[in-house]
Amino acid sequence: MSTEVRLPTLLRGSANGQAVVNADGDTVGEVLRSLAVTYPGLEGQILTADGSLHKFVNVYLDDDDVRYLEKLDTKVAPGSVLSILPAVAGG
Amino acid sequence: MAIANSVLDLIGNTPMVDVSVLSPNQDVKIFIKLEGGNPGGSIKDRVALSLIEDAEENDVLKPGATLLEPSSGNTGIGLALVAKVKGYHLKVVLPGNVSPERRQLLLIYGAEIIESPGSEGSNGAVRLARKLAAEHPEWVFLYQYANPANPKAHILGTGPEIWRDCPEVTHFVAGLGTSGTLIGVGSYLKEQNPDIQVWAVEPPSGEMVDGLRNLDDGYIPPIFTEFGGEKLLDRKTVVGPRDSIEWSKKLAEIGIFAGISTGAALAGAIKCAKQIDHGVIVIISPDGGWKYLSTGAWTDDIDVVVERAKKTIYF
Repeated sequence: MSTEVRLPTLLRGSANGQAVVNADGDTVGEVLRSLAVTYPGLEGQILTADGSLHKFVNVYLDDDDVRYLEKLDTKVAPGSVLSILPAVAGG
Repeated sequence: MAIANSVLDLIGNTPMVDVSVLSPNQDVKIFIKLEGGNPGGSIKDRVALSLIEDAEENDVLKPGATLLEPSSGNTGIGLALVAKVKGYHLKVVLPGNVSPERRQLLLIYGAEIIESPGSEGSNGAVRLARKLAAEHPEWVFLYQYANPANPKAHILGTGPEIWRDCPEVTHFVAGLGTSGTLIGVGSYLKEQNPDIQVWAVEPPSGEMVDGLRNLDDGYIPPIFTEFGGEKLLDRKTVVGPRDSIEWSKKLAEIGIFAGISTGAALAGAIKCAKQIDHGVIVIISPDGGWKYLSTGAWTDDIDVVVERAKKTIYF
């Protein structure tokens, strides 16, 4: 199943300048891993070498941060959108 | 009614109001704690007082000292108020794209503004303030993002007030900025009742992050990490400017004129209310709407306002 993934400006250079890409997978982790296969420049940027989520990267399934769902095991339903955003400060 | 000796004695003890009429589920109540009634106009008055009094108690702050702080607005305004009353000088590192009302309030309370690039958002203000703090060891850098006195204001104040006024609370929803409110109130409430769920609401970082050069410019407030934020939060959800503004306007329709981040927190509460069968959701309204009038949020066309909001820091 193909899922729409929105990339932040910072990572678009590693994906031929695209803001929106598609990747296959039934879970968030699978989608992110297949993304790095299609765009090798993303390797190590979203997921670290040990396969966990980069500390300063937030991944949202629709509007929810996946760290507070089932993390990388969160199931991706058809039609949902993954957004990748860098962690920034508020306040 | 008692007469306060100092305006600082008026900080805290804010009211809560039932806005369940806006709830999509009649078995879910929604209460808002209105922080706009603090003398400096926001919940950050509590943080400012806590940061400064903690520094006084630890002898970090001598009479007449100069303080330095990065802030997109409310903490700066709160610190400016407390510093003015207590006789300290304040320099605020402020992103260039905050609303003009915030800038004016800082000046009214006598603070000096050091501008950081608007395109770098709050991250840029934090970065510049840290650099200036390193260059000027004579300035006192209270650093709200890393100072335990920030969540402490809510562990000792905001949290106990909510528990006193609403022990039936099942969910607490608030905006994630420095994380001080969520960490402080959230950990206090969970200590009273571990079943209480804590939900964070945040604005989309969107165009605010265009100034980032690489991912390692990302930022997680040290207090979030130190106080176990990831373990404490049960949910974190993004609310965009359109939803935030629409819910702020719905609040105005029932007579509550609150800031745009209140609309965001309410949107989070509405989402929560749709997902649970019954419960009592308490949300925080960090400030009133006054500082956001220039955004036209309540009066201009929503599409125009949303575009404008994407370029402004409104949280």
